[in-house]
Amino acid sequence: MTQANVLLQVENLQIAFGGVSALAGVSLDVRRGEIFSLIGPNGAGKTVLLNCINGLYKPDAGRIIFDGRDIGSLRPHQRARLGISRTFQKIELFSGMTVLDNIRLGRHIRMKTGLLDGAIYVGRASREEIEHREFIERRIIDLLEIEHIRDKVVGMLAYGLQKRVELARALALNPTLILLDEPMAGLNLEETEDMARFILEINEAERWRTTCILVEHDMGVVMDISNRVAVLNFGEKIADGTPPEIQADPAVIKAYLGEVEDLYATRR
Amino acid sequence: MRRVASPTSPSMEITKDLTLPKLLLRTARKYGPRKVAMREKEFGIWRPINWQEYLERVKALALGLVALGLSRGDKVALIGQNRPEGLWAEMAALCVGGVAVWLYQDSLIDEVQYIVDHSDAKFLIGEGQEEVDKAVAIKDRCPKLDRVIWDDPKGMRGYDDPILISLGEVSELGRKLGEREPHLFEELIEKGQGDDVCLLFYTSGTTAQPKGALLTHHNMLKMGQNMMAVDPCSEDDDFVSFLPFAWIGEQMMSISCGLQAGFTINFPESPETIQQNIREIGPQVLFSPPRVYEQMVRTVQVRHLDAPLLKRKVYDLAMGIGGRIADLKLAKQPIPWWLTTLGKLADLAVLKKIRDHLGLACVRRAYTGGGALGPDHLRFFHAIGVNLKQIYGQTEIAGISVLHRDGDVKFDTVGTPLPETEVLIAPDGEILSRSPCVFKGYYKMAEETTRTLKDGWLHSGDIGFLDVDGHLVVFDRRKDVMTLSDGRPFAPLYVETRLKFSPYIKDVWVIGDQRPFLTVVVCIDAGVVGKWAEDHHIAYTSYSELSQKAEVRRLVTEAISFVNRSLPAPARIRRFVNLHKEFDADDEELTRTRKIRRAFLEERYREIVEALYSGAAEIHLDTTVTYEDGRVVHSKTDLWITDVPVEAE
Repeated sequence: MTQANVLLQVENLQIAFGGVSALAGVSLDVRRGEIFSLIGPNGAGKTVLLNCINGLYKPDAGRIIFDGRDIGSLRPHQRARLGISRTFQKIELFSGMTVLDNIRLGRHIRMKTGLLDGAIYVGRASREEIEHREFIERRIIDLLEIEHIRDKVVGMLAYGLQKRVELARALALNPTLILLDEPMAGLNLEETEDMARFILEINEAERWRTTCILVEHDMGVVMDISNRVAVLNFGEKIADGTPPEIQADPAVIKAYLGEVEDLYATRR
Repeated sequence: MRRVASPTSPSMEITKDLTLPKLLLRTARKYGPRKVAMREKEFGIWRPINWQEYLERVKALALGLVALGLSRGDKVALIGQNRPEGLWAEMAALCVGGVAVWLYQDSLIDEVQYIVDHSDAKFLIGEGQEEVDKAVAIKDRCPKLDRVIWDDPKGMRGYDDPILISLGEVSELGRKLGEREPHLFEELIEKGQGDDVCLLFYTSGTTAQPKGALLTHHNMLKMGQNMMAVDPCSEDDDFVSFLPFAWIGEQMMSISCGLQAGFTINFPESPETIQQNIREIGPQVLFSPPRVYEQMVRTVQVRHLDAPLLKRKVYDLAMGIGGRIADLKLAKQPIPWWLTTLGKLADLAVLKKIRDHLGLACVRRAYTGGGALGPDHLRFFHAIGVNLKQIYGQTEIAGISVLHRDGDVKFDTVGTPLPETEVLIAPDGEILSRSPCVFKGYYKMAEETTRTLKDGWLHSGDIGFLDVDGHLVVFDRRKDVMTLSDGRPFAPLYVETRLKFSPYIKDVWVIGDQRPFLTVVVCIDAGVVGKWAEDHHIAYTSYSELSQKAEVRRLVTEAISFVNRSLPAPARIRRFVNLHKEFDADDEELTRTRKIRRAFLEERYREIVEALYSGAAEIHLDTTVTYEDGRVVHSKTDLWITDVPVEAE
């Protein structure tokens, strides 16, 4: 594995809340273009790790290197500008706004024209708006099949659709790396299959090629779509490798008390 | 034996050598780039395609199919949603002299395999990944299938089966061939004759295996001409194409009438946006099966239930006035001046807005066909000022043979025959018809053909009669007509359509042939009843739980009692059960056009039928559910049987 292949490098990350050590020196490498899954029991530190990567939490020790650059000192919006976007376990949308407005907000950081241009709204500003509109319509709404809810207020939508809108907003940034925190949680079988399809599409399609870090409890999905999986337990990484390696790993089986196979078996 | 016929009235001459592609060529040359042939909503914008582009797309595809080896008489199977590409591909196949075979998009793999194999299809043109998956799964069992053509690239990475080729590549092949042989396209079209078969239509069939009806260019052209002789369409009209192309009614409008009248065909953005897109377009002509209209009525009823008291009162008042006017108009009686004035007010305050919300603001004529629509539904549309008319016909007669005339609509009839069409009631009550649109026969089913087609008369299998005004009344399918306890014949369909006017009831199956009384199996409408339950603080987790709630059963009891009051005593419903699931075509309970398959239901739910007549109060049911990808899941459910109080006579 060459250095150029690594998109995100996490080195010896540590963070504690009071006396609880949420991450006790976690290191991992995420390669360019892969789907990298984080699994582990509740409270293992998966979401904390995501929060450190996108800058919501400041780790006590350790380094985060994104695209060859130490981003530890950057604020969340600066990391977003570098191309790191995310979705949340609990939906964090503006529930009083429409789907389209929520997605546009995700695109806002890519606006080049300012308030003054917008006020005049000839030339640059209107051209840019058309470009953004095209991006949102062609690449996101069409991909996620949400044409019918474009103008609906997010709060009125079913849970499964709100999850989709979260993904849409995260994609509006045109991210290099997307952090997906339990995108399948609470979805029914059909919605889960759709979501898996979308994740594969943004990962594999020529025009996206987005690297994904996926936190997910649905083992069927994780094992099906991940290139590599890391297992956290009590803030420590206990294993990483390809899905078959993880499924065979004794430490993982112990941490889950055999849950992995059980979960995997019930999905099919 | 009574028989009716309308005089012939040819407006445009349809000669024996005219074909659909020849007409396409003629129409496209007439309008060229000056007129919009179709529109598709894509990426949030309606994008026009003019007649010249339409023709060019068809030409490239047609020659591409030739380059791949399609020759005269070859079958081309098509699956996909309503998109311009679907229509282009169909027309392309016809231009080469091929035969188009449309499949329903939600067909299960076995159905696709049966039709592709039985029709001897050489090519299968599918919209995207889902269709390609089906095609790849069946290709080994369909040896005659040569190529699978796909259009939408989403998810198509990583497919490298040599049988696959994209629609874009086919067009490119066609363009190259067109450069080498610039006159080939016109020559191919010129070879076509009116008596050539153009469509092979697999009828859904409420019993046995689907049968493939062979329809010729002449059939399709004559049908369009005769229909438009009654109800002319203008080239400035807009039509929204949102029903499956595998349904004859959609072919009737998009192909037969579309090419002759030259109106614009609009394709919605996605299946979920249809209602919204219809409203944006505001079509002048609408042609749908009953379920679309039933859904519209339900939408309004639900909004009504949800509205504050004052709005409800205003609505009731306006609908009362609208209904009165409609009744008088249809009875051809004069409307008093004061009622006309009230009607204008009602229209301004309420009815106009309802029409607008349903996308019917500009509708000149709306048609319902392919099943029975209840009289209450029909009256609803006339009350809000929509000229909704019934049509009657079969795939075997190119879709339509009988139609209501403007100003001569009756709620319980389907109207009078089209020009050049004769309708005859056989001594046993069967409806027979004869016209230039009667099909050639069933593909590879000689026996079925002779049974259906005798001396040019199409035997419909429907029982009906002609009323005093010469209107055809369709009673029911012959095999479905029931005998009541008092020996009277009875049409279950009638009771079913009446019950379906309740917004809480989505589907219903009436049982009672040779039984002491009638019973029904009800599928509640999950959306409406769910909303009602929420409003009344009734907790539930699933459809099956909701359907068995005492409050919900009471709701259904009320709906049934309401209908019972207008039925003769022996035809009243005494008991019912709410089913734990909706009827589904994937479970073979419905045909793809959503007609219930009685014989199958009778077999499948024998326990329920027995319990309904045994006096039991409860049924323990063990059933299986089939998913679209073929998975089968078992479920155990308890169903409650409810008695409907029947008032003393």
